[in-house]
Amino acid sequence: MSGPSTYEPKTGFERWLDQRLPIVRMMHDSFVDYPTPRNLNYFWTFGAILMLCLVTQIVTGIVLAMHYTPSIDDAFNSVQRIRRDVPFGWLIQNIHATGASMFFLAVYIHMFRGLYYGSYKAPREVLWILGVVIYVLMTATAFLGYVLPWGQMSFWGATVITNFFTAIPVVGEPIQQWLMGGFAIDNPTLNRFFSLHYLLPFVIAGVVILHVWALHVTGQNNPDGIEVKDKADTVPFTPYATIKDLFATVLFMIMFAVFVFFLPDALGHPDNFIPADPLKTPPHIVPEWYLLPFYAILRAIDFSIGPISAKLGGLMLMAGAIGILFILPWLDTSKVRSMRYRPVARWFFLIFVAVCLALGWCGAQSPDKVIGQAGEFTINATYKPAAGGEQTLTATGHTLEAAEKAFEKQRAATVASAGAGELTTTVVKPFQFKVTQFSQLLTLYYFAFFLLVLPILGLRETPNRVPETIAKAIGAKRGAAAEKGA
Amino acid sequence: MAESAVPAHGGGGDEPTRRDFIYIATGAVGAVGAAALVWPFINQMSPASDTLALASSEYDLSQVPEGQQVVIFWRKKPVFIRHRTAAEIAAARADDNAPLPDPQTDAERVVQSNGQPGKAEYLIVEASCTHFGCVPTFGGGSYGGWLCACHGSVYDTAARIRSGPAPANLVAPPYVYTSDTIVKIG
Amino acid sequence: MVRGFLIAAALLIAPAAAFAAGDAKHPHKEHWSFDGPFGTFEQAEVQRGFQVYKEVCAACHTMDNLTYRHLGEPGGPFAAAGKWDAASGSWKDVHLGAPHHGSRYVPAPDNPFVRAIAEQYEITEIDPTTGQEITRKGRPADRFVSPYTNPYQAKAIHGVAPPDLSVITRARHDGANYLYALLTGYADPPEGETAPGGATNLHYNPYFAGGWISMPPQLMPDRVVYEDGTEATPEQMARDVTAFLAWAGEPKQIIRKKTGFATLIYLLILGGLLYAAYRQVWRDVKH
Repeated sequence: MSGPSTYEPKTGFERWLDQRLPIVRMMHDSFVDYPTPRNLNYFWTFGAILMLCLVTQIVTGIVLAMHYTPSIDDAFNSVQRIRRDVPFGWLIQNIHATGASMFFLAVYIHMFRGLYYGSYKAPREVLWILGVVIYVLMTATAFLGYVLPWGQMSFWGATVITNFFTAIPVVGEPIQQWLMGGFAIDNPTLNRFFSLHYLLPFVIAGVVILHVWALHVTGQNNPDGIEVKDKADTVPFTPYATIKDLFATVLFMIMFAVFVFFLPDALGHPDNFIPADPLKTPPHIVPEWYLLPFYAILRAIDFSIGPISAKLGGLMLMAGAIGILFILPWLDTSKVRSMRYRPVARWFFLIFVAVCLALGWCGAQSPDKVIGQAGEFTINATYKPAAGGEQTLTATGHTLEAAEKAFEKQRAATVASAGAGELTTTVVKPFQFKVTQFSQLLTLYYFAFFLLVLPILGLRETPNRVPETIAKAIGAKRGAAAEKGA
Repeated sequence: MAESAVPAHGGGGDEPTRRDFIYIATGAVGAVGAAALVWPFINQMSPASDTLALASSEYDLSQVPEGQQVVIFWRKKPVFIRHRTAAEIAAARADDNAPLPDPQTDAERVVQSNGQPGKAEYLIVEASCTHFGCVPTFGGGSYGGWLCACHGSVYDTAARIRSGPAPANLVAPPYVYTSDTIVKIG
Repeated sequence: MVRGFLIAAALLIAPAAAFAAGDAKHPHKEHWSFDGPFGTFEQAEVQRGFQVYKEVCAACHTMDNLTYRHLGEPGGPFAAAGKWDAASGSWKDVHLGAPHHGSRYVPAPDNPFVRAIAEQYEITEIDPTTGQEITRKGRPADRFVSPYTNPYQAKAIHGVAPPDLSVITRARHDGANYLYALLTGYADPPEGETAPGGATNLHYNPYFAGGWISMPPQLMPDRVVYEDGTEATPEQMARDVTAFLAWAGEPKQIIRKKTGFATLIYLLILGGLLYAAYRQVWRDVKH
């Protein structure tokens, strides 16, 4: 895509600068004259939206760092001071806290878009991998940032996550202590988390530059997944993509603003308004919504496999759920890039999206929560009165308590009529489908999608006919629309 | 660009005017929003309301013996409260008409912020040299007042600049006497 | 086919009971003046609420993140407006409420109502010149005085440290409704149910997780005598103190919502213009 530059310096100064630092030329070639496929849909505006998110988080974050105090005695109160006393502090703090969620929402749409339209396939493997690196860095930054307000969720989230490392045999515990700078989450931990939370966004910005660079080498993918053949397939980035990106960005900002101004607490957890207390764990520890699917995978493994404990197994699967994205370009065997032309893969993809959402739901629930049960609790008993003979008692109930209550009535009645005796009871539990089991099924599909569906389906599936060029694809779409209209 | 997907536009009628209007309006509205957005990010660095709330403090002057001075904090800055001797006051008044870099009479040096005259025996001034903000030391210099050791500015017993690089007298903070001995600064 | 299977599975499995035993009762949805995007605080209500806090809650609960001057900030219970008189260097015609007729908000540290409230408290501090502990009258900049001399005392006295009330409505799910339900929800325990471990210092309240709370019922009729003559029923006091605590949890919420409306209107206009510009730019390109 990087053809010869079309930049022509207009003034003497531009010529002078161009011979010494061709930065204007670089910007011109990357963001003005850069050829953009003309069939891009609104899913392609999320690159610009993510840029907005990153800049927003960095700018608001730098401001918050001017007022925040990274000490376990003052952190909670300093955040309250920002919300109450610092001019516009309430606004900037709300933007930063909500912005994290918006950033993840946008990045997930961006990733699912890449997945659906095959943006990870040759020649864009490095582009995709850099994207996954950014995502991993975002996750780390978000986790570190969530510790800073020093509420209950901050503290216990940090405790749980640093405890992940103890699952690693032998070196786990020393690593954990090294991370925390002590034997528990404490002032040294908070200080280093603050430092790293400030550092990582700039690392993200660096990888974003590489990501954009790689994008501009291969050119953008597009909804039809067809390589750009000639100029008839493209439009210049400015004004065509620029104006569309701006419009979509403003739509995104409207949603962003609704959360910042009207639902500031909707995405957070009330427990984080309770100052951290190392003596008391909240009854339900949950991560922020954007990490819930991984949390569900972590908890889904409640059994050990050979030498691998449930703890280590869950951790490995959770890491694997992200890690598998790195090798995705080589797992998908299909020659067709866009699922627009893959009738079967499209359905598996939609189920995959639903599975990810369902995993998110599971992550927020108590693992013991019963989703559904087949049948009822039954209590069977044989009653042998001292007077002789034998009676059978049976009671059922939707819950164990209800069954026990019903049984107790029968027992009392029987004892009253038949006199004292010996009672033997057995309880028959119905099949109960709990969150953990649901998570296990979902986790299975998550990995099967990458390890079975994409490799096998790519070889078996008969794709629809892919148009030769983008121009023809647009023509076909137009034709179909005209037919429908007529 | 001839073969590009972008067709060449034939210029025609009122079309360019309408188009230009939309672009200019969009750009203008966008610029206004960007400017409005900048303000919170600039204003957040101004003193916060908890800092502003500490802007006044009260002091009981009877704690300062004659011929002594105390340094108190007002807005996190040091302030001299000097209980001047009769000799110091007389020396200051004697120089009221001398050629001064920043002319002020001794009475003007102790005036309250509501315009009422203050008490001649209590001189209340901010303890930062008007040159570059160092704290001057009492008992230095040749005017019986303060000497700023940083760059050699000399102040007299009314804390008026007499020699050296400082451009102005030590600044008197706004204060009023709320009773005979209590002064409220700020 | 897969979808067919999912539907079949859903039909087979009957829905489970909504609540497991031991879950707290859900609070009833009350109507609040500060609800929703247009909601705002009624000054009389939050003033009464402050009175309930001061005379009842403050005996055991801290409120660390509030200072007396916060009470006088715009939107606060004692926000006041007046005219600045430059000649005397003081505020004239000061009245409670929002500014009108050329008056403007009195800065909270100068607000006479706030100063009067602060002066009712004694602040203990160390005199920097003598090193001795002294007491002085409270000032607007002081934090709400804690009923305890150190952080351990709260737990030592009550067994469980009463939670700080600064952000209590945000620190509980459905905060305002929960607080109101909790304060008015004390009841006799269901037959046969006793406090865990037979504890005698716990009180039954179905809205509290677990059902047994350390705080005894507080809001008996006429527990406070309202300065504005409102009848101090338990419900009235609970409403008022909940409104006050909701204000205290986020004093900037009214300005937040107002700024939100301006922002949304602006973004809608900008979005509309950008859409028009977008249509203009792309009008001759098939895509």
